[in-house]
Amino acid sequence: MTATTATTTATVRVSRTGPGSNQGRPWEVALDGDVVGSLRRGETLELAVPPGHHGLHVRSKGILASPERPFAAREGQIIGFSCRARPRHPFIVQRSIVWLVASLFTRHSWITLTPDTPDETDTAEVTETAEVTETTDETDTADMTDLTDTALTAGIAATAGSPRGVTNGMALGATARAALLRQPRSRAEDGEPVLTVESLSKRFGSRTAFSEVSFEVFRGEVFGFLGPNGAGKTTTVRTLGTLIAPTSGSATVAGIPLSPENGVEIRRRISIMPEAPGLYLRLTVAENLEYFAGLYGLHHPATRITDALEAVNLGDRAGDLCSGLSKGLRQRVGLARTLLSDPAVMFLDEPTSGLDPVAAREVHDLVDGLRQRGVTIFLTTHRLDEAEKLCDRVAILNTTLRTIGRPAELRAQLFKSALIVETVEPLDDPGALFTSLASVESWRAVGAGTYELTVPDPRLAAPEVARRLVGVGADVLSLREAHHSLEDVYLELISEDVEARRA
Amino acid sequence: MKKLDAFRIRAVVRKELRDYRRKRAIVVSMAVLPVLFLVEPVVTVFLAPTSLTGSSLDQSLILPILYLLLIPTVMPSTLAAYAVAGEREQGTLEPLLTTPIRQQELILGKAAAVMIPTMALSYTVFGLFLAAVALFAHPVIATAFFHEGAELLALFLLAPLLAGWAIVVGMAVSVRASEVRVAQQLGVLASFPPVAVILLLAVGVLHPTFPLALEFAVALLAIDGMALRLTSGMFDRERLVTGSKAS
Repeated sequence: MTATTATTTATVRVSRTGPGSNQGRPWEVALDGDVVGSLRRGETLELAVPPGHHGLHVRSKGILASPERPFAAREGQIIGFSCRARPRHPFIVQRSIVWLVASLFTRHSWITLTPDTPDETDTAEVTETAEVTETTDETDTADMTDLTDTALTAGIAATAGSPRGVTNGMALGATARAALLRQPRSRAEDGEPVLTVESLSKRFGSRTAFSEVSFEVFRGEVFGFLGPNGAGKTTTVRTLGTLIAPTSGSATVAGIPLSPENGVEIRRRISIMPEAPGLYLRLTVAENLEYFAGLYGLHHPATRITDALEAVNLGDRAGDLCSGLSKGLRQRVGLARTLLSDPAVMFLDEPTSGLDPVAAREVHDLVDGLRQRGVTIFLTTHRLDEAEKLCDRVAILNTTLRTIGRPAELRAQLFKSALIVETVEPLDDPGALFTSLASVESWRAVGAGTYELTVPDPRLAAPEVARRLVGVGADVLSLREAHHSLEDVYLELISEDVEARRA
Repeated sequence: MKKLDAFRIRAVVRKELRDYRRKRAIVVSMAVLPVLFLVEPVVTVFLAPTSLTGSSLDQSLILPILYLLLIPTVMPSTLAAYAVAGEREQGTLEPLLTTPIRQQELILGKAAAVMIPTMALSYTVFGLFLAAVALFAHPVIATAFFHEGAELLALFLLAPLLAGWAIVVGMAVSVRASEVRVAQQLGVLASFPPVAVILLLAVGVLHPTFPLALEFAVALLAIDGMALRLTSGMFDRERLVTGSKAS
């Protein structure tokens, strides 16, 4: 299958270091198996590479070579590598002998090729190019190995700041947080959708799970997907995660059209945390992550596992059997698992379901930390406070998509501005009082001595209302602007549906 | 067939073996079953009358070999039945299916993870049995026994094929079964057809010869291959997650 997509290039910078008074013989630099240049000691070679997964190795003419280092390149990144002849250890005789013997069986141990530290890389100039990208199921499996860890360890400097402020230290361990923040992504303001859903529907026989759902999720956005039980949220996630085939409609997930033949490639670029973390209880935390790292094709996952565990504050529990963990800790392991593959989109299905408030708070902090890092998160939840706190935008689904937007926009759409007036005693004639005010459109009593006044502009109306109340001798307890929560929006929309069904 | 990733298959094998090692019921059953199956052949060989000659002796010595074939036939069905139903029961199936692993990779990985301990134990038991016969059986019996070279070769040849059948069928049952217990019961039942053939040989309805063993092996190989393809076809992500096939 061929799709035309606009992509940008990344830059790979390979430097040859090492002691020596002369430049020595040139070494060949091979990208994805093809020789793309040569390097003498002290030289640096820059290569423009398309985004995606690549393999790099360096070899001396003859038999000496470095291992192939797979890495993932993202748009605009500069990924630095250093190569040098393997240093000798003259004083560690035994180790040298062991290494020498081992070297007889492998020619890849003579040259080291390592990613540069994050500080040595910087933001790349982004070169816009249009190219035809092959998106096919035959795409070779991801070799997102330890040097894929480029994302984590080779490091990419920030291309965009976090609009939400400081990183939450409670959620992310210091080391892991640093590792995670080394790979910030561009944020929603980039306007690049990583998830595009158009008229997607799924029916199981005569039952409709969801119908004609359309929305876009942008890079770096935390997108809340809300709805009552049975609304089709989980089925939508499963559909976008290629576990379920849609009945009709289309979608693009992480830039790849949703289709059965693209299933492997899509799943390679996303991660899904189902409601239940689904851990192998007889295995340890690290063994669980190691298994999933293997399924994602991570050949040397130790660094990634450590970073993922530290990111969820479980660095010291790696050796614990999962059967001995509490539900909250298991949920955190599940989250660590979704971090392993450095996904373009993370689907979190009810991540705080069944957690106590403290554990839920920790998950919130982690999601917030990931958002600050620029990870795109698709969050399904029942918890409206959670959605309001974490999500940039939310969609409310009740088989069909009821609404979508920023929480503040949804409140403004559904609810007019209002003032809440509380008096010690109920007013004698509130109708006469409030209807005589030019700035009040309508009013209603919401309790004994409590009134809600619909006003076009609370700032203008409040002084006039206060003056009139004082003027009639009312004992005013409070006068404040009414605040509608996302829960109010949700309940309003869902109750409309319930009433419509009754009718 | 799409290109399969050996690394992902190895990851599945490694995890499955690790998981088996920590499940006491599996370790115990894998340790006890082969020993039980070893008892009858040993008794048969050691109690075989030395006065027997010719076809009577041959027939009495074939029986232990056939009996030993029950080890690779029966032992893996329980493990194979656990493969998918077990994942479903412990809630790990959906996270597993969200990874890039292909269905064929998962099935091959799971099958290999069952095949490895099965064959290791089967061949160990075969080896122990042959060593016992060579060292401790009456010389007449031992000589006659090792004279059946073709049958012994058939023993080693048929063992993985019979195990393959039990594994593939066990996994097919596991894909459809909602509970591990049901899957294990049906898996054991599914291993009966080869057992029936062995019984027919044992009671003399079929006469065990090396050509017959070869024919049986070829047929089993073809059946195993087809069954593996069918099981792969049954391994539909949507069916596994929702219980119904994609519409």
